[in-house]
Amino acid sequence: MIELDSVTRSFQVGDQWVRALRGVSVTIATGEFVSIMGPSGSGKSTLLNLLGLLDRPDSGLYRIDGLDVTALTEAEAARVRREKIGFVFQFFHLVPRLSAADNVALPMMLAGVQPAERRERVVRLLADVGLTQRASHLPAQLSGGQLQRVAIARAMSMNPSLLLADEPTGNLDRSTGREVLALLEELNRRGTTLIVVTHDQEIGARAGRRIAMEDGHVVADSCPSGARP
Amino acid sequence: MTPRDTFSLAWGSLAYQPGRTLLIALAMSIGVASVVVLTALGEGARRYVLDQFASLGTGLLIVIPGRAETSGGAPGVLSGQTSRDLTLADADAVARLRDVARVAPLNVGVAQVSRGGLSREAVLLGSTAGLLEIRHMHLIQGHYLPAGPNDQATPVCVLGERIRAELFGQANALGEWVRIGDRRFRVIGVLATQGQQMGFDSDETVAIPVAAAQQLFNTVSLFRILVEARGRDAVAAVKEDLLALLKVRHENDADVTVITQDAVLATFDRIFTALTLAVSGIAAISLGVAGVLIMNVMLVSVAQRRSEIGLLKALGATAAQVRGLFLAEAGLIAALGAAVGLLLGLAASFVLGRLYPVLPITPPPWAMAAAVTTALVAALLFAWLPARKAARLDAAQALARR
Ligand SMILES: Nc1ncnc2c1ncn2[C@@H]1O[C@H](COP(=O)(O)OP(=O)(O)OP(=O)(O)O)[C@@H](O)[C@H]1O
Ligand SMILES: [Mg+2]
Repeated sequence: MIELDSVTRSFQVGDQWVRALRGVSVTIATGEFVSIMGPSGSGKSTLLNLLGLLDRPDSGLYRIDGLDVTALTEAEAARVRREKIGFVFQFFHLVPRLSAADNVALPMMLAGVQPAERRERVVRLLADVGLTQRASHLPAQLSGGQLQRVAIARAMSMNPSLLLADEPTGNLDRSTGREVLALLEELNRRGTTLIVVTHDQEIGARAGRRIAMEDGHVVADSCPSGARP
Repeated sequence: MTPRDTFSLAWGSLAYQPGRTLLIALAMSIGVASVVVLTALGEGARRYVLDQFASLGTGLLIVIPGRAETSGGAPGVLSGQTSRDLTLADADAVARLRDVARVAPLNVGVAQVSRGGLSREAVLLGSTAGLLEIRHMHLIQGHYLPAGPNDQATPVCVLGERIRAELFGQANALGEWVRIGDRRFRVIGVLATQGQQMGFDSDETVAIPVAAAQQLFNTVSLFRILVEARGRDAVAAVKEDLLALLKVRHENDADVTVITQDAVLATFDRIFTALTLAVSGIAAISLGVAGVLIMNVMLVSVAQRRSEIGLLKALGATAAQVRGLFLAEAGLIAALGAAVGLLLGLAASFVLGRLYPVLPITPPPWAMAAAVTTALVAALLFAWLPARKAARLDAAQALARR
């Protein structure tokens, strides 16, 4: 359960203030699949960063499962990210010197999971995204779709309850994009809350709940109550 | 994150840029190697000098006319002003003290020594039979100055090897006459060549009875009295007895200074230790320079790896973990450099030791430990700033690729 209440966020650019979020209130229930769409600069990524605790609101409330996370210390916020939140990025962000398996293991390494257990889980995670054969490959040896699947396996490695994806298909061709989305939808079906920022109408339409943003506001929400069965 | 994982991640990123890593490690290793070599040299010099002193005898006491000034140094030598002269009678009295093995009164001067047409300047030592043993000298021919009353100016002399060679060449010297100043002396012995010893070359000396030297130099005061105690343990007691005796003999005026071997040794020890420390301190500066290099390279690295750092944070790394990763990188490089530097330093010391066999060159363990510690501490200190920068990086911004 995610609750945002009148959240604002501004950035200083030179001596100007850019108001990226101008009071956003949304409630998202566990297990929802939400798409966020809107023109460039409307604040989608800013919102996603706040949801992922990579950034903090200037004002407003943010609660995860009832816990006010705006008041967390840096280390506590890192712990919440580690245990509850998975990220998928447009530019994949794999560590180039680490193999696919090691990239997938990275969050578990940070969490202090023992090597034996790490190896076991990595095998399963790579199998889930269909990359068992590629475990020892470096990112430079993989295609875009494969990179994103490694990134998804990595995002799922700590079994998070919330998966945040910022334009996950933005760098992929249409058919690869569909495969990646199918993978994300499969994870959502297994119970993970999925929030996807996208410019792709087709992907946006597949989400159970569609949020539209413009100029720092939520301008449309297909299911504002958040009470989706 | 376990320390093992931290180090393996850090090692991975170092191995990913081997050129950069080796360059920094090289800078570190040069610093460590120079500390090791310079301290080895300093220690070698110190031990060389101490050995030289020890070879002069550990029971040696030197009596110098004049009171020790608070400013230290050897009184009476530089100023030439003493309240009361040391005399041959003083030396005789000293010889009768308990635990005194030998006494050699000493007058030193420079005089022209000639034979036939050949002539040369020599250091003239006026002394007695005891000097031979006190200074650990040896004869190759004849015998040394005759034992007997000190005030007997027997016209005999003992030549240093080089003086003999220059005056006599292949010819026999023993029993021949040489002219020293305006007197004639018969050669009764020749010293074995011994070379330089504490800046004093016995090969260049001519020894004559002290009474004869005093007549030549027209003086009744001694330059020194050399005293050898029966063993090292007796030195302190002999020193006290000496001072007491000479005070009584000099009308209750404590106007002589007694230098013991131990005191001289301790002074040299201090001087050389200070020198070694100073030199290795200068070498340690190069470790600081290597530290600055680490800082620069790491700052560049943090800038280049912004998105990687942002990613780690997104995956749940705390600021402390990110900082730890960068410090681990610096620590690993420094450890690598220090290890190579130690090997280099040991190898260089070994080669130097072969080139200069008289110097006992071995790097002291404390210096090796200090060099390695300094390298690690410098690396971690200088890496602190880049590591902190990485830890404070705004993850959202780093991942955004703006
Ligand atoms: N760190 C920042 N510093 C300055 N301005 C920022 C920063 N982050 C976002 N902004 C500004 O805030 C506004 C919203 O940015 P945001 O990245 O959320 O847009 P977006 O909806 O994700 O756009 P796009 O579809 O292009 O990714 C923009 O005007 C952007 O320039
Ligand atoms: Mg965006």
